[in-house]
Amino acid sequence: MTSVLVRDVSLNFGTVEVLKALNLDVPEGEFLVLLGPSGCGKSTLLNCIAGLLDVSAGQIFIKNKNVTWEEPKDRGIGMVFQSYALYPQMTVKGNLSFGLKNAGVAKDEIEKRIARTSEILQIGPLLERKPSQLSGGQRQRVAIGRALVRDVDVFLFDEPLSNLDAKLRSELRVEIKRLHQRLANTMIYVTHDQIEAMTLADRIAVMKGGVIQQLDAPQAIYNRPVNRFVAGFLGSPAMNFLDGELAAGPSFKIGATAVPLARYTFDGSASRIGPAVLGIRPEHIAFGDAAKASPFSQQVEVELVEPMGSDTLVWTRLGSQNLSFRVEAEKPLTVGDKVLIGFDPARASIFDSTAGNRI
Amino acid sequence: MSNPATLAATVAGADAIAAELGGPSGPRPRVTFSRRNIILYGTLIFAAIYYLIPLYVMVVTSLKGMPEIRLGNIFSPPIEITFEPWVKAWATACTGLNCDGLSRGFWNSVRITVPSVVLSIAIASVNGYALANWRFKGADLFFTILIFGAFIPYQVMIYPIVIMLREIGLYGSLTGLVIVHSIFGMPILTLLFRNYFSSLPEELFKAARVDGAGFWGIYLRIMLPMSLPIFVVAVILQVTGIWNDFLFGVVYTRPDTYPMTVQLNNIVNSTQGVKEYNVNMAATIITGLVPLAIYFISGKLFVRGIAAGAVKG
Repeated sequence: MTSVLVRDVSLNFGTVEVLKALNLDVPEGEFLVLLGPSGCGKSTLLNCIAGLLDVSAGQIFIKNKNVTWEEPKDRGIGMVFQSYALYPQMTVKGNLSFGLKNAGVAKDEIEKRIARTSEILQIGPLLERKPSQLSGGQRQRVAIGRALVRDVDVFLFDEPLSNLDAKLRSELRVEIKRLHQRLANTMIYVTHDQIEAMTLADRIAVMKGGVIQQLDAPQAIYNRPVNRFVAGFLGSPAMNFLDGELAAGPSFKIGATAVPLARYTFDGSASRIGPAVLGIRPEHIAFGDAAKASPFSQQVEVELVEPMGSDTLVWTRLGSQNLSFRVEAEKPLTVGDKVLIGFDPARASIFDSTAGNRI
Repeated sequence: MSNPATLAATVAGADAIAAELGGPSGPRPRVTFSRRNIILYGTLIFAAIYYLIPLYVMVVTSLKGMPEIRLGNIFSPPIEITFEPWVKAWATACTGLNCDGLSRGFWNSVRITVPSVVLSIAIASVNGYALANWRFKGADLFFTILIFGAFIPYQVMIYPIVIMLREIGLYGSLTGLVIVHSIFGMPILTLLFRNYFSSLPEELFKAARVDGAGFWGIYLRIMLPMSLPIFVVAVILQVTGIWNDFLFGVVYTRPDTYPMTVQLNNIVNSTQGVKEYNVNMAATIITGLVPLAIYFISGKLFVRGIAAGAVKG
């Protein structure tokens, strides 16, 4: 069953088109992440769903009800903001009950819901405190509680973890995931952090310039990005891009080196001859003995070593182009070493060199 | 990466530093009478004296009797302190037909200032809130017109307003003057409140909307409790401005409803009889006391509010 349906929604600020005839269908209970760089329209889309911005064209349905013209409070949504947006003059309890009082919920019912929410989020001991007396993590928990207490169908998160430090962020990330497993509500979550997107999402919608580039499960987006933008945006360390030429065979020529593409699955029927870009993720490049078994392998020289604790990123050159690959942290590689690397073209992605679309 | 060569180099470096250990350590000593301090404090003290001398002369003169004033030593402290001039200024000095001193004008000014301040701030804060948070169609045009109003000289509008007040039968009444003050306070106060409310986080407003609060709910329960500093600024601006106003007071009221400033002028500038400098000084200080008191009570909040309201355009 569809929970949130966005149909042909456009939004213009003056002459600037922020959203372009956007369509989105979120099934009941799904955790959808809107991912993209700043200015791609992801927060704007969320604000449109929440009813905080009026759309210029199109319709929005929540629970099969057309809410395009409804006020935010009537849409059955709860929202969590990046800056927490807790009412500073009210206690935590006051913050949680504000929406319920506005909706005219009975007093004992309010108490009951606050008790349940504070139990879920473990904010019971904080109820009488003011937001200024809370830490960042506690504030965000209360902000989530404020959405929770309203008993809504859809939760909207607008970069909720961006103001927290790295450690707290990963803790709360797990907590949000747990919350979703427990409540099984529909959740739409905006972030520019691809790790948050990968870890939390059932499906990710990668956005750019007001258009959804790709909407799919995290692994599918990771392994088969539809274009060069999506490929470069997901993954850390980033995917390697090698300029070259598609030749008959089929093979991919990087200078004098040819990568056989017999195992590569081409998309559609685009031209398979001419300039193109080959993308390969650092973790998909094998090294040493493993490389010998790969369909493609090559002797290269180590130029730079970046130890990252859990593993090590090694920079080298293929032809005249930079290439990085990941090795286990224990491998004793130093600058100048000659090593054999290789990869399976089935795991690579080949993009059009002008439009950047997957071939 | 600790190979012997780098270790040796580090040790050699440490030796070089050790030779310097007798040099400066801890906080740098401060010289009290440095050139910088003399110039800085000298300028400040000079400026303070420059502004305080007139006040000193006024206070001293108001405490002297007329014979002592006639000696002409305006800086010398009073030989015989008398509060007679203060009493006279407050209770018996003559202005035109009335001889009940400034007291009448004081209460008139209170009756003008209090409602004007309350009314203008109430309206302007709602205006500012609407302009900052509820972007309605034509908001920018409305705001531009309002700001334009702040730059029109008051004198241009005096006569049209006289006619308007006469037509609605409020000319010469305190109500009329209150309305005039409220209108003229609107541009600058709206600007002040708009800028303050736009500086509050927008997400707070959004959160309140999701929580189902309406226009007045958000204003009264979210925005107002966060706005004490800017209200203090507005109160100070308005109390000072309206209390010190002379032009509107003299144009739109009658002698028995004259505000304090107009009465003060009538006392000081009376052309009949002896100039009683001590009474004039006392009357002037009494008139200035209210804005002064307001400022001293809330000066700290004033500075904070001005900083918060003025930065963002």
